[in-house]
Amino acid sequence: MLVLLPLIKYIHMKILVCISNVPDTTTKITFTNDNTQFNTAGVQFIVNPYDEIALSRAIELCEGGKGTVTVINVGEVATEPTIRKALAIGADDAVRVNAAPRDAYFTAFQIAEYAKANDFDMILCGRESIDYNGSQVAAMIGEFLDIPSISIIKKLDFDGTTATIEREIEGGKEVVSVTGKFVASCAEGTAEAKIPNMRGIMSARTKPLTVVEAVAIDELGKVTKFETPAPRGAVKLIPAENAENLIGLLHSEAKVI
Amino acid sequence: MSVLVYVEQADGKFKKSVFEAVSYAKAIADNQNTSLTAISIGNVAEGDLKELGKYGASKILNVAADQLKNFVNQAYASVIAEAAKKEGANLIVLSNSFSGKGLAPRVAVKLKAGLVDGAVEMPNFDGGFSVKKTAFSGKAFAITSLTSENKVIALNPNAFGVKENAVDATVENFSPEIKPTDLTAIVKEIVRATNKISLPDAELVVSAGRGLKGPENWGMIEELASLLGAATACSKPVSDADWRPHSEHVGQTGIAISPNLYIAIGISGAIQHLAGVSSSKVIVVINKDPEAPFFKVADYGIVGDAFEVVPKIIAALKAHKG
Ligand SMILES: Cc1cc2nc3c(=O)[nH]c(=O)nc-3n(C[C@H](O)[C@H](O)[C@H](O)COP(=O)(O)OP(=O)(O)OC[C@H]3O[C@@H](n4cnc5c(N)ncnc54)[C@H](O)[C@@H]3O)c2cc1C
Ligand SMILES: Nc1ncnc2c1ncn2[C@@H]1O[C@H](COP(=O)(O)O)[C@@H](O)[C@H]1O
Repeated sequence: MLVLLPLIKYIHMKILVCISNVPDTTTKITFTNDNTQFNTAGVQFIVNPYDEIALSRAIELCEGGKGTVTVINVGEVATEPTIRKALAIGADDAVRVNAAPRDAYFTAFQIAEYAKANDFDMILCGRESIDYNGSQVAAMIGEFLDIPSISIIKKLDFDGTTATIEREIEGGKEVVSVTGKFVASCAEGTAEAKIPNMRGIMSARTKPLTVVEAVAIDELGKVTKFETPAPRGAVKLIPAENAENLIGLLHSEAKVI
Repeated sequence: MSVLVYVEQADGKFKKSVFEAVSYAKAIADNQNTSLTAISIGNVAEGDLKELGKYGASKILNVAADQLKNFVNQAYASVIAEAAKKEGANLIVLSNSFSGKGLAPRVAVKLKAGLVDGAVEMPNFDGGFSVKKTAFSGKAFAITSLTSENKVIALNPNAFGVKENAVDATVENFSPEIKPTDLTAIVKEIVRATNKISLPDAELVVSAGRGLKGPENWGMIEELASLLGAATACSKPVSDADWRPHSEHVGQTGIAISPNLYIAIGISGAIQHLAGVSSSKVIVVINKDPEAPFFKVADYGIVGDAFEVVPKIIAALKAHKG
């Protein structure tokens, strides 16, 4: 009898997930030193919520021994609890580039330098870090490495060679396919954020966390001052039984309709 | 300082946010006593390109190569960087749209330019160059000072407004060489609802939360939005429960918006929700709980049951429109 052996392609994927250490979403944002510095007093730091989505998708793609997930953070030693949290969620190992993340340009350069020396199939970021950079790091990494970068994705499938990605556009979506290395920044939809279980938390303590030093790069700019939004005036209450008056007020007083 | 503005097209057309970016770039060019060049990539009709003159672009570089019909940020970034070099432009302006967010950082790295994303005001030239931008997902602003020779600014939609400033515009074809490796990512499909107002660009937004009880009750929200010409939005639990699509979720972990009018119906006003909407110019809150935190940041408030209040507003709006 002829036995047909399926052709098994041995794939061992390597995924790098970039995680930033950000203030908890409930944080009331205030500043010190004449509004030049974010006031970290009493602030709880977390894994950036979008990075949890990226990490969760990476873990799903590698499930069943199909690959390994490395997390990388550019930050000083104080970010290590956040890195351990990512290991508890399920990353295999971690790298910390030992420097304050000056800005996106600096951060992306450090990650690109690390990725150059280590052969990753894909690099996943969050859509944006909820502190102050704002959706820059992923595309900058792509540019430093001269590989495609797909921003604000909501779906990612990978068949071992080609990734099929859905990206958000105004009023819809775009489907993109990429063969070869790429960077993507993940938004909601890409995966459900995983919550660490007890075993994850225990094993996170012993998973490898390597510290590497930063590589120098020019500074192109910096934040010189922060402002908080101007307080609003008192609310004008309209009795519910006269709700229709709202339209007149929006038209002739607020002049927005 | 010479200024270049990238004019993003969708299906060959420009949106309001593009005219806004051109208006903004023109204001900077005027301030610096220089002229403004625009660069368009993809198939846009000559008449539409010329219309950019209305907002101050005196020269329009038109890159109409077929292989660039669809947006591929890697290739588009190369084209924009080439155009900047050709024009001697050292300030590049674009919209902080979904595509802009994937493009601006690549252009910045190519030109070794400092980047301000999410700019909300004109740059300040006093003793340097600094721009105010949103930070902490809308909870604060950061003044970013750029010291590099080249600079890139991604302007937030609805932050500056469209300003007419008519000049004679000439269209010039531009065909830079494209590296094949810049086209590794391939666009397979584009799905765009053309009949809907896109949320990030919307001037008016009607948003609803868990107070609406279920997806079957969104009819009145859609009716109010369509009467106003507004986009619809929602709170996070609403999209998490699949009552509404994720693309409508606003807030700290959703889209940050700053429309002229934001109407929040049955939304409590949690800090994460407020982060993404509190820079709206006028905020209306409809909630049955007088203690709902949202009233603290509202301009107009109605304490009442949405199922009674909203139909009254719809009726009044119909009467108002005649
Ligand atoms: C990490 C993290 C990130 C988050 N990011 C976001 C985000 O980006 N965006 C976001 O929106 N949330 C976000 N949240 C969730 C946020 O904390 C709140 O849970 C959420 O905003 C509440 O949504 P809601 O106001 O619709 O629902 P609820 O808090 O349940 O409020 C419903 C409101 O409706 C009112 N109501 C009920 N019935 C009626 C009626 N008949 N008529 C009028 N009013 C009525 C109630 O008084 C109440 O105020 C985040 C949470 C976390 C932990
Ligand atoms: N300091 C950092 N270390 C590692 N990754 C980061 C860091 N800052 C940002 N990132 C990644 O880049 C994404 C986008 O961040 P940003 O460009 O800062 O909005 C984040 O979601 C992270 O995935």
